[in-house]
Amino acid sequence: MTISIKDVEQVANLARLSFTKQEKQDFAEKLTAIVGYIEKLNEVNVEGVEPTYHVLPLLNVLRKDEVQPSMEREKVLANAPDPQQGCFKVPKIME
Amino acid sequence: MDLLQRTAHEVRDLMRKKEISSKELTEAALDRIEKIDGQIEAFLHTSRERALTWAQEVDKRLQEGQELSDLAGIPMALKDNICTEGIPTTCASKILGNFVPPYNATVTEKLYQGKAILVGKTNMDEFAMGSSTENSAFRKTKNPWDEQRVPGGSSGGSAAAVASSEVFYALGSDTGGSIRQPASFCGLVGLKPTYGLVSRYGLIAYASSLDQIGPLTKDVEDCALVLNAIAGHDPMDSTSAEGKEVDYRKALISDVKGLKIGIAKEYFGEGIDEAVKRNVYAAIEQLKSLGADYEEVSLPHTEYALPTYYILASSECSSNLARFDGIRYGYRTESYDNLTDLFVKTRSEGFGEEVKRRIMLGTYALSSGYYDAYYKKALQVRTLIKQDFDKAFEKFDVLIAPTTPTPAFRLGEKTDDPLQMYMSDVCTVPINIAGIPAISVPCGFVEGLPVGLQIMGKHFAESTLLRVAYTVEQNNAYHKERPAL
Repeated sequence: MTISIKDVEQVANLARLSFTKQEKQDFAEKLTAIVGYIEKLNEVNVEGVEPTYHVLPLLNVLRKDEVQPSMEREKVLANAPDPQQGCFKVPKIME
Repeated sequence: MDLLQRTAHEVRDLMRKKEISSKELTEAALDRIEKIDGQIEAFLHTSRERALTWAQEVDKRLQEGQELSDLAGIPMALKDNICTEGIPTTCASKILGNFVPPYNATVTEKLYQGKAILVGKTNMDEFAMGSSTENSAFRKTKNPWDEQRVPGGSSGGSAAAVASSEVFYALGSDTGGSIRQPASFCGLVGLKPTYGLVSRYGLIAYASSLDQIGPLTKDVEDCALVLNAIAGHDPMDSTSAEGKEVDYRKALISDVKGLKIGIAKEYFGEGIDEAVKRNVYAAIEQLKSLGADYEEVSLPHTEYALPTYYILASSECSSNLARFDGIRYGYRTESYDNLTDLFVKTRSEGFGEEVKRRIMLGTYALSSGYYDAYYKKALQVRTLIKQDFDKAFEKFDVLIAPTTPTPAFRLGEKTDDPLQMYMSDVCTVPINIAGIPAISVPCGFVEGLPVGLQIMGKHFAESTLLRVAYTVEQNNAYHKERPAL
């Protein structure tokens, strides 16, 4: 399958990335080569084969429902680009 | 032999005999980093003051006659995707360039409890995506055996730091070969433990169903000591396995009598360097002369492992890396019009090319209309790959193969062709897909460059792997070689 510039733009939008015209061209070419390679899996008959999401037989791992201290607010905010009044400040989300 | 060129267990003995102090050892390591790291570029940051303070504390305890762990007082390094409270952890990415974690990874905590001395954080491919450490946003690490060549990746900084005797051991992470491949390229022992044996809490995620933390060491004994320190169930990682505690030092037995070895024939096919094969076969013949039996075995789905890996790893990474949005931590773009613009600019400026490529591939594979064709199909092929191993381990104790198709390649040799770069992981990715453990141990040199032998076992068979690796090592002297620097 060929990945077109339009495909690159669509996927980039989903991934919240943007590219220059030159980068789009380059991504289209390299992703076409990679997708061509991974399509090798079409050779494999997987009818009736269960998917493996996880290699260990772990199921419903739950901890005890006990109250534990949370990380202090200052620590949580220490890396924030724009903390204000003990919160993460974000740009306006509604017009 | 120079003090720093010794192994961790050797300097532990010297320290216990009071022939050397932790402070002297730590100062020597820091001085060596200062002297040669401009050349090797293994480190992203070092913390001299902190390391020396800790070393003095260990010395005080030793003076008082306290019983300390095997790793107490010994300088080590951590890959820069392992969180260290108060010490930068960047994943070699611009997007985490200013990140200082507010907590420790469980492995960091465990090593600190054992009084290990962290001297610095090592370079890597950005977000552990790569096989040469050339994808770092900050620097290109050199292979200590030949500075024109890559140290491997993604844990290339950890491997180069140990191989050049800047530290005695280091931790790396392995998603598709990122501990074993650099260990092989740098002449070290590198272990990818069974999925779930070592906690991933505080390891910045690349592909959560494949990632494992493990040691890079100068010999097998050190590997056992480090594994003892970091293995074990952790309530903070819900994928961590519960199980009996094992003392891996007990696996250090040079004896393989009666061991059944499977030679995975698909790992010796096209693209595997003839000289690499010769070294691996020679080691297998030697194991036979020591009482093991071997037989060829086929793992028919091996050729599908690499495409399966790239779908699964990219899909998981596109989800994991969605958290980097410039709101809570990390880099934020300077000017933006609205929230979406903030996300897009932050991510586009903060991530490097290979990371973007994998996010794009994963987003594509998971997108509506393609999910069944790519992601689900890869999960089904994963089942078949795992079944190949299950079947082989009904008959064999271990499987043996090369760790890498070739010795270390040249800097820049594969940077323009992602598929060529991906191919260097062809012998290591099936192991992560099946979640089994594998160890790379030196088995010779080709034109002055180290070659690694890979030993694979069933889930939680680390003791068997260590024993076979120890036998290979003790019947040769490759682990005593050090690069001239």
